[in-house]
Amino acid sequence: MSNFVEMPIAKAINAGLRQAMARDPKVLLFGEDIAELGGVFRVTEGILNQFGPKRIMNSPIAESGIVGTAIGLAMRGYRPVVEIQFDGFIFPAFDQITTQLAKMQNRSEGFHQMPVVIRVPFGGGIGAVEHHSESPEAYFAHTAGLRVVSPSNPNDAYWMIQQAIASNDPVMFFEPKRRYWQKGPVNLDTAPMPLHAARVLREGTSATIACYGPMVTVALQAAEIAAEEGISLEVIDIRSISPIDFTTIVDSVKKTGRLVVASEASNFVSVAGEIAARVAEQAFYHLEAPVLRVGGFDVPYPPAKLEELFLPDADRILEAVDRILAY
Amino acid sequence: MVQFLSPDGKLHVPEEWAHYGEYLNRLTEADYLKFYRDMARIRRFDNEATALQRQGQLGLWIPAIGQEAAQIGSGYGVGSNDHIFPSYREHGVALTHGIDLMSILKMLRGVNHGGWNPDETRFHLYAIVLGSQVLHATGYAMGVNFDGHVATGNPEVDQAVITYFGDGATAEGDVSEGLLFAAINKTPQVFFCQNNQWAISSSTASQTTVPLYRRGEGFGVNGIRIDGNDVLASYAVTAKHMDDARNGLGPYLIEALTYRIGAHTTSDDPTKYRTNEEVEYWKARDPLKRLEIFLREQGVGQVFFDDVAASGDALAEEIRLATFALPNPPFETMFNHVYSEPHPLIEEQMAWLENYEGSFEAEGHLAHQTSSIQIIETNDVIQVNHEGGAA
Repeated sequence: MSNFVEMPIAKAINAGLRQAMARDPKVLLFGEDIAELGGVFRVTEGILNQFGPKRIMNSPIAESGIVGTAIGLAMRGYRPVVEIQFDGFIFPAFDQITTQLAKMQNRSEGFHQMPVVIRVPFGGGIGAVEHHSESPEAYFAHTAGLRVVSPSNPNDAYWMIQQAIASNDPVMFFEPKRRYWQKGPVNLDTAPMPLHAARVLREGTSATIACYGPMVTVALQAAEIAAEEGISLEVIDIRSISPIDFTTIVDSVKKTGRLVVASEASNFVSVAGEIAARVAEQAFYHLEAPVLRVGGFDVPYPPAKLEELFLPDADRILEAVDRILAY
Repeated sequence: MVQFLSPDGKLHVPEEWAHYGEYLNRLTEADYLKFYRDMARIRRFDNEATALQRQGQLGLWIPAIGQEAAQIGSGYGVGSNDHIFPSYREHGVALTHGIDLMSILKMLRGVNHGGWNPDETRFHLYAIVLGSQVLHATGYAMGVNFDGHVATGNPEVDQAVITYFGDGATAEGDVSEGLLFAAINKTPQVFFCQNNQWAISSSTASQTTVPLYRRGEGFGVNGIRIDGNDVLASYAVTAKHMDDARNGLGPYLIEALTYRIGAHTTSDDPTKYRTNEEVEYWKARDPLKRLEIFLREQGVGQVFFDDVAASGDALAEEIRLATFALPNPPFETMFNHVYSEPHPLIEEQMAWLENYEGSFEAEGHLAHQTSSIQIIETNDVIQVNHEGGAA
């Protein structure tokens, strides 16, 4: 009998971090304001009390320094898990992530593996000021050597953070910040699936919606509404942005013949674009309509009073579904 | 500025630097000879590498001529348990820690990214992105702290970390962040800045208004300037601060004032931005010359200098022939170690390339892979032309 506990995503990540820290003394946490405060989203709340100041530390407000020293610690045999406070603050560390962290294993011909996890609260919908609502995952998915994942629910959050920490490669762990307090059951006994597998969340026959992170909730809403109108949508949470489990997506498209890819990120040169290209290559004769992308507009993330118009909602997904069903 | 050996070869330990001067007592005559031999050998190596680049055998060369004292001296000041995080011009430091010099040439030829084992050699891979290695060194030194390998009093356990960077790199934020993280964590670490006075074409004056040895003060890392062309100062001051770091006194910054006699790289033309008079001024302060004068005054005979020259020539020939013989890497090496486990995209692309290459052979054409080594073929042609005129 599995041991299920109801908890929100933020608490599930917290619990997963504690599991990983208890299992391996080389797992270290550091980042801005994560110790006493527990981070601005309280994801690491209470960990200082349980593990003490040698396992969880506040860093100077210097993102390149956080990632650069994490690389050095990984060379020393540690498994650093660092927090970048907000998506829009990751760019001072972009150089260390893309030119150093991602390439170190290849550069050193395997002598230096980089078991570093970079936790990034991402996405919008929280009414924040500029730089607090972005979806920068494509920059990292484009960089060879990184793994990029995003959980959409508490059970995945609990297990995926542990799987990311166990990986000997650097993992960008994008946390859907507007879903932090969304609750769900967590199975404390058994991991649901490998880190990089996609999951069919809802089966359907009319069209497939592929999505990840904060958009999963929106896609499920859209499927619910569509069902009332007699349209059967299959919803896939891709979970892993790099690598992408194309097999699950392509198998679904072979069944439904239609695909919408939904994310908060701007569409131009996006993860959604990559999925569309792959599906065109691998399921061309099964497609009844072009693959459509439903995403943010190609503008800087707007002021909060406009974000409802920027972010795709269930109606925007359904509008795209209507268009592909019209073929 | 700490200087023990003047440009005219006179050894003098001023009272104020006696605490560094004590370290010279650790040196035997054999050490002095080793310093000279290594400085001369690495210069000969450097000249040969430039020639190899001019012959098309290397894609690029990064000369370190003029900086031999800063590198050999400090390199020998680093303990056998310490870790070194170099930039990309630290050929002399590499020599002092047993790095196969061919590894450096392989990298500059484009065979690999260095290939030596950073854990075994404790000499980490060259870092091309300026200042990036300073943060890695600081993180590593934080780990030494976390492991409790500081100030135990056991020389088998205690460790320190040294990171090399140039005057140009000090403008990078990573160097400032490295100093800050080091100070806050009281890392066992020496920041060794070789101020060779030119960051490609930018003078030190265009990089800083405060002397670089003071760069760490605001972060809590004190510093000192040494004569980087004095191998004895370089050795003693590095050894002292590595000892201090191992003993738990925290990080320290050393600015070695030296001069890049050659170009930034073989792609550079330094005559466009600096005067011949300036170069001549620094050639008169040559690090090898002053040690040679000193050694001769100590009674070291011509036989030694002849032997060093012969050993340098032998090294040059050895690396020249080894460079000509370097095979190109197999195609699959670019796909190796991108990830630690099988990765669907990498596996797919490697299989595709293998099949694509194989398709040319199957069609009876020359293996298509030869086109991917076009540069080397061209180089070979140049080589043949150069040696025998037969193409």
